[in-house]
Amino acid sequence: MKATGLHRAAALLPMIPLSGCTGIQSALDPKGPAASELAWLIWFFTGLCSLIWLAVMIVLIWGLSKRRGDRAEPLDIDEAGDRKATRVVTGAVAATVLMMIVLSLLSYFSNRTIAAIGGQNPVTIKLTGHQWWWEVRYESDQPRRTLTTANEIHIPAGEPVRVVLSSTDVIHSFWVPALHGKKDLIPGFDNELTLKADKPGVYRGQCAEFCGAQHAHMALMVVAEPREAFDGWYNAQLSNARQPETDEQRAGHDLFMNRPCIMCHKIQGTKAAANTGPDLTHLAGRQTIAAGTLHMSRGNLAAWIADPQSVKPGARMPTMNLSGDELNAVVAYLEHLK
Amino acid sequence: MMRKPASLAIGLALAVLGGCQREERETRPEPVLGESQQAVPVTALEPGGNRPQFSNPKAAQFEGNAYHISQGKTLFSAFNCNGCHSNGGGGMGPALMDEKWLYGNSIESIHASIRDGRPNGMPTFGRLIPDDQLWELAAYVKSMGGNVPSAAAPGRNDDMMARPAENRMPNAATQGRTP
Amino acid sequence: MSAADLPAKSKGIRDTSLDDASLHRWLTSTWETKRGIIGALSAVDHKVIARRYLITAFVFLCLGGLNAVTMRLQLSGPERGLIGPDLYNQLFAVHGMTMMFLFAVPIVQATGIYLVPLMVGTRNIAFPRLNAFSYWIYLSGGLFLWVSFLLDMGPDIGWFAYVPLSGPEFSPGKRADVWAQTITYTEVSSLAVAVATIVTIFKQRAPGMSLNRMPLYVWAMLVTSFVVVFAMPAVMIASTFLILDRLVGTQIFNPAEGGDALLFQHLFWFFGHPEVYIIFLPATGMVSAIIVTFARRPAFGYLALVLSVIAVGILSFGLWVHHMFATGIAKVGASFFTASSMLIAIPNGLQIFCWVATLWGGRPKIGTPLLFVLGFFFIFVAGGLTGVMLASVPLDLQVHDTYFVVAHFHYVLIGGSVFPLMGAAYYWYPKLTGRMMSERMGRWHFWLAFIGFNAAFFPMHILGLWGMPRRVYTYPVDLGWGNINLFITGGALVLFFSFVLFTINLVWSARRGEPAGDNPWDAGTLEWATSSPPPSYNFARIPVVTHLEPLWAARAELPVAAGLRVDARELVISTVAEGHPDIREKSAAPSIWPLFAAIAVGATFLWSIFTPWAVVWGAPPIAIALIGWFWPKGEPEDE
Repeated sequence: MKATGLHRAAALLPMIPLSGCTGIQSALDPKGPAASELAWLIWFFTGLCSLIWLAVMIVLIWGLSKRRGDRAEPLDIDEAGDRKATRVVTGAVAATVLMMIVLSLLSYFSNRTIAAIGGQNPVTIKLTGHQWWWEVRYESDQPRRTLTTANEIHIPAGEPVRVVLSSTDVIHSFWVPALHGKKDLIPGFDNELTLKADKPGVYRGQCAEFCGAQHAHMALMVVAEPREAFDGWYNAQLSNARQPETDEQRAGHDLFMNRPCIMCHKIQGTKAAANTGPDLTHLAGRQTIAAGTLHMSRGNLAAWIADPQSVKPGARMPTMNLSGDELNAVVAYLEHLK
Repeated sequence: MMRKPASLAIGLALAVLGGCQREERETRPEPVLGESQQAVPVTALEPGGNRPQFSNPKAAQFEGNAYHISQGKTLFSAFNCNGCHSNGGGGMGPALMDEKWLYGNSIESIHASIRDGRPNGMPTFGRLIPDDQLWELAAYVKSMGGNVPSAAAPGRNDDMMARPAENRMPNAATQGRTP
Repeated sequence: MSAADLPAKSKGIRDTSLDDASLHRWLTSTWETKRGIIGALSAVDHKVIARRYLITAFVFLCLGGLNAVTMRLQLSGPERGLIGPDLYNQLFAVHGMTMMFLFAVPIVQATGIYLVPLMVGTRNIAFPRLNAFSYWIYLSGGLFLWVSFLLDMGPDIGWFAYVPLSGPEFSPGKRADVWAQTITYTEVSSLAVAVATIVTIFKQRAPGMSLNRMPLYVWAMLVTSFVVVFAMPAVMIASTFLILDRLVGTQIFNPAEGGDALLFQHLFWFFGHPEVYIIFLPATGMVSAIIVTFARRPAFGYLALVLSVIAVGILSFGLWVHHMFATGIAKVGASFFTASSMLIAIPNGLQIFCWVATLWGGRPKIGTPLLFVLGFFFIFVAGGLTGVMLASVPLDLQVHDTYFVVAHFHYVLIGGSVFPLMGAAYYWYPKLTGRMMSERMGRWHFWLAFIGFNAAFFPMHILGLWGMPRRVYTYPVDLGWGNINLFITGGALVLFFSFVLFTINLVWSARRGEPAGDNPWDAGTLEWATSSPPPSYNFARIPVVTHLEPLWAARAELPVAAGLRVDARELVISTVAEGHPDIREKSAAPSIWPLFAAIAVGATFLWSIFTPWAVVWGAPPIAIALIGWFWPKGEPEDE
């Protein structure tokens, strides 16, 4: 058992890269100014702490391997040796104090650097946590330009974006490791952070505070894109949902409006206007369904609608009694909502 | 020495056994497809004065189950039942926290009322709400008048308080008195 | 000072006039725990109670370990369907609660219950009936949690139970109430033990054991007990508030009615952070004891070690907010708590340096207990250093609530507490049973535990930095966490297996181990001055202490005090600082009433998850039990 463990360890070592390319949800692969600052801090702390750890271990092993006379009377103490040890220990404590001061100051200035990220008139997003999905609302002075979507945030790359965090049920925590440290969404008061991505790309975030049965499946995507692409996306999102075009889509639309879907979901431009579940107006344009649980595809969409409780047990979406044809029609309609 | 923990365990087990069925959290209907087929009494006029009792296997699964009742409470406000029944106090629709039940206060009757609607304004939700969620709503409505074991009744919500929580309500039918 | 004459006023037979054989007969008949079921249930001997505690806590360790293995099997691959979220969430909550409240705190306190009276040279713990009561309460709390869990009513809200998730709206049923009352049971019991320990240490030390001659382990238990006294009430308030919100409908944590959800986190962590030190400080005492014995020299920097234990105890109350950096607290406050969290590294560092210096200046011989202490150095120093990383506000925001934190606190708790506890088990086992544990199996146990632990928990640091949050029952396939999680599961199984080996060693050695003799390690503290296992009265004659390591200072014969009655349970009560013998005092006799009181209190706690009236209707039986407990026996000193 021991041997297999060691073999596994040896086999795994090359799989632990030192930095970079560790996934779209990694703090070690920063893609924004705040996360870069933090990654630097992580490496610095790790380096320094590893050195301290090594030093302690070397001294310990050295001390144990010293050759000595055997089994003398325990109360005969080498006074000179102890005096020397006193000086060494005092020095080590002084070094610890110094180290802690340096690390505290580093943290303090790092914190200031991150807090200083900001800009004039940033895009403001109000992010609301629900069990277990994210409601995303783009704020604007003009009411017709406010926009609601879910589980996917689009931001202009290179620009700071203000994110206001709140919750209507339990405490969640917003965390996109590649861009920023985490911040809690707490019922009763709003938190805020400034998100900034250096380059276009897709970054995954996940709820980091235990929030109940489906805490594991509460993710969101942050899509950073160039300003023009972002504006294009924004304007497209403001428009009403596309009208169904084929017969199957029309059938799906009718089913949506006359079956349980309409009780919780909203599709702008139709009579579906509930806000209990995520807004589905441009559902098919998103990369994932069920808060990052499944990739967007026809098959996954059908699987999710047919039996959500086996994909995400405990989620609020109930199982509907749809026949095979009805399911196909609803999926065809939803897939059309680009 | 060992007899003591054993007897304590048995005592504890008996004490909480009553509660354990109320903790099951079955979220996937069984079978996945197929609605409960149920005869629905639509009138109170019955020969001999007694209403026939209809039972449904789902009634026992949902009635008195803390998890389902609390889901029903969430749905009650999500589906805006408050629009007519205002927190059970009644408005356009009848009050749900008193002892007066026009169509019966069994969970089956409440389920039928929600599923098929009732005259004078109660709409039909049969097609709009999946069957299990209807049962959850029915179980919750039943709890509004203090008509379920208080160990299963929901506590207060994290909202402004319009009324005492269901687990603090005396049974509406008896007002706390033994009948 | 030797053979100090104790004040002798009352009549009765004293140990001054007896030879060794009749002294043994007299003391045995006075102090022995009676046979039979009533006798066992009435026991107040600290060694008997401690043994029960140790065995019960060990059973809970195994149960908590099974929880962990089940979770690891579920996490061994992405999107694995072995267990669903509902069960998984109960598993991790019950795992945390079992390990913290039913294993770690009770076992360090139990070790103290066993060792402190022996180390300070007295015949029983102070308030022996309270001590017996605390065990029954602890046992009912443990059964309460585990029976609930087996009935599908286990808490599914983590050991931290943050509101609103644990509140009335989002935790239907009784699961959160089980959390709240388990807290109450276990905290009542550890508060009782803490009080008994403090009084034992302050008032019952052997003549001549001034504060500066107190073993480091006793210092550690003293500070721990004070931390318990100040920390535990905070969490009991939190759990009581929670149950009031859930059951009575108060609005303490409801923001819509002017309550505050964050208040819960403050109350919880004001307890939760010191809790870590409640578990860790006794372990430092064990480390000190083992290092001193195995390095064969007195501790280097005794005063520095004592002061750093006290400093850690005090500072542990000043850093709870570092668990809440992500909640968006004010920047000035956050910086303050960064600094205060870093500050605690200084006394902890000092301790480590002193131990290393002790090993340098001594002549260490390697045995299983010292191996575990060396494992402690290896793991705990690493865990302490990742703790420094967590103390930094900005850095914490990246690693908070990820597997990095899981790795960190298992390094600190398993490395900092379980490894020393294992060392302590090998070290003190001969004293408890009279037999040595198998050294061969001990070494296998150590290496399996060491390798298994590091294989299981080191990779979690990396997972955390790669973005894997804690408390998830599964994770997606495409984030590439699968292999590393599989490896962790392998490590966890090795670690679990090492404990199976430990259990075998415990059972095997109890029958087949080599006879140990009074002082198998040639250690210097008082518990080794009596036979193994110790007689019910601990010491035939109360030792007199002239040195920090009395057995090393008085190789030929330990000086003793005389003058205690042998026909009654008499103790020497000494002064707090100097350890001068002050008065003779009766120690309480066995009684069944602590058990009745515990049943009454336990039933009240259990009932109170259903109705607040339980507190009212539970009060009379408790009062009756207490009246029975304190009923005067008509002895002269009662008048």
